[in-house]
Amino acid sequence: MRFGIIVFPGSNCELDCQWVVERVLGQQADLIWHKEKDLKDYDCLILPGGFAHGDYLRTGAIARFSPVMKAVERHAEDGGLILGICNGFQVLCEAGLLPGALLRNTSLAFICRHVHVRVENTATPFTTACRPGQVLRVPINHNEGRYYVDPETLRQLNEKGQVILRYATTGGEITDGANPNGSLDNIAGVCNEGRNVLGLMPHPERAAEALLGSTSGLLLFESIVRSGRTASPMSR
Amino acid sequence: MIRAKVYVTLKKGVLDPQGETVRGALETLGFAGVKDVRVGKFMVVTLNGVSREEASKRVEQMCKKLLANPVIEDYRFELEEG
Repeated sequence: MRFGIIVFPGSNCELDCQWVVERVLGQQADLIWHKEKDLKDYDCLILPGGFAHGDYLRTGAIARFSPVMKAVERHAEDGGLILGICNGFQVLCEAGLLPGALLRNTSLAFICRHVHVRVENTATPFTTACRPGQVLRVPINHNEGRYYVDPETLRQLNEKGQVILRYATTGGEITDGANPNGSLDNIAGVCNEGRNVLGLMPHPERAAEALLGSTSGLLLFESIVRSGRTASPMSR
Repeated sequence: MIRAKVYVTLKKGVLDPQGETVRGALETLGFAGVKDVRVGKFMVVTLNGVSREEASKRVEQMCKKLLANPVIEDYRFELEEG
């Protein structure tokens, strides 16, 4: 599979993502500067973490209008896979490719630590390697990670199985105590209705090798490769 | 020249931990009766060579497209000439 990792000015997790895709998974991963307008050769796009365009105005608000985003939107429309991690999740929300928004943590702190998230839906190209209800140990690293969406959209997300990850206890219970940032319904990751675009606040790329203390993040990447989903002919 | 003063605030019902922290600090300082503080953004956009009507239209679009996120924020603006 061919991965394309979008690099905005201020992105800073692109090399971690490239490392995991190339060195751990043995797939190809190119870094793509945000001025690029053609993404036809890629099967899966990754929008990595960082502070795209300084996160000025709002997180992701300026990045959403980077030249590359038109091609990212087309990729999504054609059913291509897109994974937005942390800042990448914020960009996808601003772009309207995912519902909701990420607000400042209620804890009044930048949070950088490992948390546990429960897999809520394994029937997506990003989660087939997980067991239903499996608890993943992954790090979060953010100041604006509080997921928010209006009540009606939240109802639809739950109904259509678009909530993919929730902050949980080690035993998989969804509690207030396990919610690090005040996210609505403990939501840590959501996908679009077509299930080909996933955004999540935790960093699975930092939990993909035993040396880093957890390998459960690798399951998401392995699912993508396992899905074998290549870019649709229409987009080529 | 027209100056647009744009105010962007979190929607009612969206928790504002920053505002709540400021409220707590005001209370600590001894200011009684502060029920609530909401922190927002204030932007001044200066436009050249457009009518007031055109400026109003453009600023409205700017707010919708970029300056505010309708999922979480409300906006309003005032125009000033000269």
